[in-house]
Amino acid sequence: MIKTDALIIGAGPTGLFTAHQLKLIGLDCEIVDNLDKIGGQCIELYPDKPIYDIPAVPECTGEELTNNLLNQLKPFDIKFHLSERVEEVKKDSDNWLVKTSGGNSFQTPNVIIAGGVGSFEPRKFPPKECEKFENKSLFYSVKDKNIFKGKTVSIFGGGDSALDWAVELSKESNVNLIHRRDEFRGAQATVSKMYKLKEAGKINLFTKYQMANVHGEQKVETIDIKHDNNDFKNLKTDYVLGFFGLIMQLGPIANWGLNLNKKTIEVDTEKFETNQKGIYAVGDICNYPGKLKLILSGFHEGALAARACFKLARPDEKYRFEFTTTSTNLLKRLGKKE
Amino acid sequence: MAKITYITHNDEKHIVEVQNGLTVMEGAVQNDIPGIDADCGGGMACATCHVYVKDDWFNKIPKKEDGEDDMLDMAFEPKTNSRLSCQIIVSDELDGLEVNIPSKQA
Repeated sequence: MIKTDALIIGAGPTGLFTAHQLKLIGLDCEIVDNLDKIGGQCIELYPDKPIYDIPAVPECTGEELTNNLLNQLKPFDIKFHLSERVEEVKKDSDNWLVKTSGGNSFQTPNVIIAGGVGSFEPRKFPPKECEKFENKSLFYSVKDKNIFKGKTVSIFGGGDSALDWAVELSKESNVNLIHRRDEFRGAQATVSKMYKLKEAGKINLFTKYQMANVHGEQKVETIDIKHDNNDFKNLKTDYVLGFFGLIMQLGPIANWGLNLNKKTIEVDTEKFETNQKGIYAVGDICNYPGKLKLILSGFHEGALAARACFKLARPDEKYRFEFTTTSTNLLKRLGKKE
Repeated sequence: MAKITYITHNDEKHIVEVQNGLTVMEGAVQNDIPGIDADCGGGMACATCHVYVKDDWFNKIPKKEDGEDDMLDMAFEPKTNSRLSCQIIVSDELDGLEVNIPSKQA
């Protein structure tokens, strides 16, 4: 059981700056994120796209913003728990008990949800039948490539993941690559490599086709793919891989007894607290009259939620407002003064 | 101003007037039309405002720009007449546009 003053769910820009604010006022915190990297939507959706509306930063990409925020956190020691999804949040007298998919448990008076639009999950094949084979012979990521040795693998998608695996697996497997159009959005070098392998008969390429159905008893045996012109093909296959990127899902947050409005959580604008005492929501996931889904709003919301955390984490102390320019306390925490 | 018809997957028709300059996605979200999630808020970064544009309209509206097809690769059941509604900007010329909303966005 990990005890902390505040647990932040989400390592996007809002979660990172909220951590900064907590540490600055002398609270400790840990951060959990379902992604395997820090940065949230900035890193997952638009790492290379410039952002022009961060105050005092005329232009920066999602990746640069994330790196700058991490730099700002350097004076502090913050523990990140990546590739873990928060599954359960339960009341335990004055604390919340939080459990993650990675087997970690936290005891904390404050939970700050900075979850964007939920956690990132792989996008799945539309046909319902696919669920039955999921994680057995149909996958959305590769954990152990050795299982494909000598087998037929049908790979769907047109991006880098699909292309990289088609090229890699073609060495020791029979590969079908299926994509809904003729253009591929992966790196040009990989696209060329894939076409060469196709010429050499190492990859069977099916463009303008999409998944229509899967057949099999215990494992996938064949799949139907459908052409834009409504022609069907049936392919024998041992495994199916789908690479359609990630989508944000609210996931378990929906079960924590919070007031929800579509995919957002209702909060007050003083503490950014939800209807549950000690649970806050900041950034894109929170909702209140006039809410703007901008990164700058997330920073403000996180700063106020952090102050609210102080009361529950240090009930016997009084929070005093201080500036980083003048406060010896704050400068010490920032490592600028002995 | 353009009158736009949004048809949900169960064939419910929602006809709304959308101001010029807004996107077809914004027209749906502001009028609480179900089935358009628009998770990323219009950044062409999520493919959850996916619609099918009726064939006669598909060729009339401004063409897809770079990147839209890349995102559509990730949409739920994309077809040849798929578009991201956040990339279609409303103008008088779009008066009468009909779009179909897929059964799911993800």
